[in-house]
Amino acid sequence: MGVEEKLGDMGIVTTKLEELVNWSRTNAMWPMLFGLACCAIEMMAAQASHYDMSRFGMELMRASPRQSDLMIVAGRVTRKMAPVVRRLYDQMPEPKWVIAMGDCASCGGVFNNYAVVQGVDEIIPVDVFVAGCPPRPEALIHGVVTLYEKVKGDKFKDRIKA
Amino acid sequence: MDKKLEKIVQALQENFGSSIEEFRDEVHVFIKVEQIVDALFLLRDKYEFELLSALTASDYFPQTSPRFHVIYQLSSLAKNLTVQIRVPVNGDQLKVPTATRVYQVANWREREVADMFGIEFEGHPDPRRILMPVDWEGHPLRKDYPLGYEEPQFTFNFDEIDLRKPYAKE
Repeated sequence: MGVEEKLGDMGIVTTKLEELVNWSRTNAMWPMLFGLACCAIEMMAAQASHYDMSRFGMELMRASPRQSDLMIVAGRVTRKMAPVVRRLYDQMPEPKWVIAMGDCASCGGVFNNYAVVQGVDEIIPVDVFVAGCPPRPEALIHGVVTLYEKVKGDKFKDRIKA
Repeated sequence: MDKKLEKIVQALQENFGSSIEEFRDEVHVFIKVEQIVDALFLLRDKYEFELLSALTASDYFPQTSPRFHVIYQLSSLAKNLTVQIRVPVNGDQLKVPTATRVYQVANWREREVADMFGIEFEGHPDPRRILMPVDWEGHPLRKDYPLGYEEPQFTFNFDEIDLRKPYAKE
């Protein structure tokens, strides 16, 4: 049953531009192919056939930040890696979102020491935090779906920079 | 101690006046800083210790002085032997001659020891930091290096820590 049958012969849908744009942004979100530690293994599992994140329109991981609009920070970010992560984030085109995957990316996790950044939100703004060490693929997918809910509520006027 | 190894250790004692420690069949030979390169050359060329399996250091602060031991773990594949060479270094004068002339593999290992313990390897071909960022201050594996612990954020102290936590704005 497709949308055609529901709509009859009308062939026209009325909606707000904002909602249409937000809807189109959610269902083709391309994450960056970018893993820092063991969480990346779970991220790969979430992408692979068993969990199959492409059900939510994300089958494509881009190896270039220029082509991606979602950064999944999968793993601990060391102080040496922090400038690199920030640069990758700066290279992504607007609009862009960030998921901090796992405890290490969210708050430093078990690595409360000199070498690890205590939460990736110290260097880049984060939209969704996913807890777990590492989070199961379901948890990551839930984080992504949560991000979709956030994106659907986006307002154009909030994105216009002063 | 292994009989083959006994001869080699004896030779080291005669040539360099080194002392010996044994722990669970592992032999530690202590050698003075200025003689380490000669000792390594002797072990490599005469006694067939062709492999430097590990080069590391240990900080015994504050119990012992000199506080650092630079440790060379040597293996002989031909004779199936291992021996550990230890070079005690004092806290004031942290200079050890480089072993890269004897074993090429010592290059990165010495950079790591220099990075983590602040022990200078004289004559090293490439004395940059290898693990920490280039602008890092201090040497993290020293016993007197602060851990850089941050207070965890719980419900009861969330707001207090939130005020001083740095956040990225776009």
